[in-house]
Amino acid sequence: MDTSIKEARTTLAEHAYRIRRNALLMGEVQGQGYIGQALDIADVLAVAYCHAMNLKAEDPQWEGRDRFLLSNGHYAIALYAALIEAGTIPQEELETYGSDDSRLPMSGMASYTPGMEMSGGSLGQGLTIAVGRCLGLKRKGSDAFVYTLFSDGELDEGAVWEGLMSAAHWKLDNLIAIVDVNNQQADGPSGEIMAFEPLVEKMEAFGWFTQRVDGNDLDAVLEAFDAARQHPEPKPRMIIADTRMGCGVPFLEAREKNHFIRVDEHEWQLALQALAAGAGRTA
Amino acid sequence: MTPKPKLKTSAMIASIASEGQRTQAAPFGHALVKLAAERPEIVGMTADLAKYTDLHIFAQVYPERFYQMGMAEQLLMGAAAGLAHEGAMPFVTTYAVFATRRAYDFMHQAIAEDNLNVKIACALPGLTTGYGPSHQAAEDLALMRAMPGMTVIDPCDALEIEQMVPAVADHPGPVYMRLLRGAVPRVLDEYDYRFELGKAKVLRGGRDVLVISSGIMTMRALEVARELQADNVDVAVLHVPTIKPLDTSTILREAGRSGRLVVVAENHTTIGGLGEAIGTALLRAGVTPQFRQIALPDAFLDAGALPTLHDRYGISTRVMANTIKTWIG
Repeated sequence: MDTSIKEARTTLAEHAYRIRRNALLMGEVQGQGYIGQALDIADVLAVAYCHAMNLKAEDPQWEGRDRFLLSNGHYAIALYAALIEAGTIPQEELETYGSDDSRLPMSGMASYTPGMEMSGGSLGQGLTIAVGRCLGLKRKGSDAFVYTLFSDGELDEGAVWEGLMSAAHWKLDNLIAIVDVNNQQADGPSGEIMAFEPLVEKMEAFGWFTQRVDGNDLDAVLEAFDAARQHPEPKPRMIIADTRMGCGVPFLEAREKNHFIRVDEHEWQLALQALAAGAGRTA
Repeated sequence: MTPKPKLKTSAMIASIASEGQRTQAAPFGHALVKLAAERPEIVGMTADLAKYTDLHIFAQVYPERFYQMGMAEQLLMGAAAGLAHEGAMPFVTTYAVFATRRAYDFMHQAIAEDNLNVKIACALPGLTTGYGPSHQAAEDLALMRAMPGMTVIDPCDALEIEQMVPAVADHPGPVYMRLLRGAVPRVLDEYDYRFELGKAKVLRGGRDVLVISSGIMTMRALEVARELQADNVDVAVLHVPTIKPLDTSTILREAGRSGRLVVVAENHTTIGGLGEAIGTALLRAGVTPQFRQIALPDAFLDAGALPTLHDRYGISTRVMANTIKTWIG
């Protein structure tokens, strides 16, 4: 293996570790948080924020930046963790997570947080806004990309399919959408709540360049992001990321799957230790 | 055998102009084209209703600045938010029912919460089609008034629409404006009128009755005032095109002048529109004139010809004049 690629992967693994750690530290502040999702999506965010995206960490409004739209606002804890890792939000600010007057509210909102590009939470909206931002960037002659992350549960929303159809119609080759398939939504397993498979075939039929990867395999995620950016066809790009809730903390990963994983007060430190042990470090 | 009487139409494309009234074609579309020449950030967006909201005129002149989003109102609002984030000023059109009822959350969350510069212009406001409740937006003002940060406008005629377009472009933030399209009556040029965002204006004075109105009901109120002159009833008309923010000081000043019956006339349900907004403002200020509402009922409205329906629900000139006469005895 090329030494530089090897180094890049080692570094990304460190970024992913620290994103998970940041998320656990924020969860500990409030004694709660969507930590199962934060742990499952950490590898995707590490690749996005520490490899793929063109960013100036200290200037989140920089015009040339790639945009990242968090449709599933309850994943804010994960995005804050990534923004801290990327250097946009100071590390010490995670202690304010979810507190009154914090810039880090529990659900992501654009007006609160540097680097938060949309107010998510009303699920199913992100892709439609991303379509508009892609059109807006093309109008300006910008070569920036728009990334948007949404969850498999959001596939139930009709507006997602309006966005999917229109992105192909407008040939939005500057759009990279990531679906987090953790197969868990509020009332149970996503595929049982509303069957959404076969997802690759559906996305391809809708006119998207589609890749499906293990979202907790950093190498695979890295390759998918690179391929999405470099794909030559004038099509929007879809990365379907199959992820494991709680990934990186074995006892949380093994816990009965739930939209809102319960973590007892004493378990946050245990989780940090387990995460560190898995990464061959001390917490 | 007597010939069969010609049936009245319930067609959706009915003009609200009365017979012989002066009209102007597509004032919104032409005003937008004119403004877009000076404002390169303006883009036009619609959900399969360009031709029916006069946006096709903009699309013909500026095809590269026009976005056809298909019959998908949620996408329309979400994408408008995205374009506004990137510095564009979208003028978004559809029918009032589809924007306010189908895409409400997208306007609320994607546009209004982030205070984005999106101008939402909606045709068929209130009862301006005989097509039935699917197309009759009797509650659009109530819905849009309730949305934080949203400016809400109900223009009267072609002149006002012409002046409203540059005014809303100068106003930073989201705007919901009711739209009259096609052959739109032009009446306000007889009253030395100029639209100002957020301002109510007295169009004529009168001793006996003060009609406070917006939208097409101002046109009706002016006709009613002329008709009632014959009966020696002196009717003043205060036009309130901006529903939110409400020009409370002008309304209180006019409604507080003693001795006049205050009638709020609106092309909207009695619930949550101009009438209730004014009623609340008066009570809060301790101004308590005799107060009446001319408005649509809290009901799913009938289908039928527009003149029939306006008579039935009391918002035609004839029925409104009679109603006011009975109120003042």
